Amino acid sequence: MRATVTVSLKSGVLDPQGEAIRAALGSMGFGGVEAVRQGKVIELDLAAGTTEAQVTEMCEKLLANTVIESYRVEMDP
Amino acid sequence: MKAAVLVFPGSNCDRDMAVAFRAAGLDVTMVWHKDSALPDGVDIVGIPGGFSFGDYLRCGAIAARSPISRELARHVERGGYALGVCNGFQVLTETGLLPGALVQNASTRFICKTATLRVETSASAFTARYNAGAEIDIPIAHHEGNYRVDDDGLKALQDEDRVAFRYLATPNGALDDIAGVLSANRRVLGMMPHPERAADAATGLTDGAPLFAALADSLVTV
Repeated sequence: MRATVTVSLKSGVLDPQGEAIRAALGSMGFGGVEAVRQGKVIELDLAAGTTEAQVTEMCEKLLANTVIESYRVEMDP
Repeated sequence: MKAAVLVFPGSNCDRDMAVAFRAAGLDVTMVWHKDSALPDGVDIVGIPGGFSFGDYLRCGAIAARSPISRELARHVERGGYALGVCNGFQVLTETGLLPGALVQNASTRFICKTATLRVETSASAFTARYNAGAEIDIPIAHHEGNYRVDDDGLKALQDEDRVAFRYLATPNGALDDIAGVLSANRRVLGMMPHPERAADAATGLTDGAPLFAALADSLVTV
């Protein structure tokens, strides 16, 4: 089984990389990009029986810094 | 007066910090991150600058979960002193021993230059030899030095006089120009600028030396 964890900066936390990407897209002629937020995706291959609660604990304790980041867990059997 | 300097894979200011502690009269032991204990009788733990674990995941995140970091937390809970510089500051926020977080510089660039700081409080073992309001020149060298904390956290830092240093001109976008913060018991200091790089005339700057001298004063009288 697999879990996919998506970590993003919380809204309100400045994202300089996202802003640089937005500016680059604009300079390339892509109009209408109003905001870009860059996050990260962490894929976990898990032993059968690992629970979403365990993955959530991993997020709380290491994968995300909840001071500045939010996370989303998707479990694939 | 005993100091321990933690060494992680990728630390690169550990020996500089040890030199600064020794120059102030402290006995220094280097402690590898896989060690499960600090030397007996350690008064202060130094968490040095560098790129621990290659800054993987987030700066300081992996180091904060190293075996020795559990001992660091116990040391702080017992009322021990700790000084985290640059990556060490990032480790202290990742362990939760200091509030807030350090994110990428607003410019997205690595910044390496001398910054002028204002000492905001002399009420700590780290800053007792400075006058509040004094301006000091200390080098910075970081890519993730942009201090962030929520509104309540910022208010607590301000109300409790726990902002130790502010930049005169914020180089990295840090909230409220914050360059260094103290714990609630004022015994843990995290700062992005490098006082250990400004503690010996041979390196051209000496404004960091009073920080180490003040520590030595406090630890003698504890």
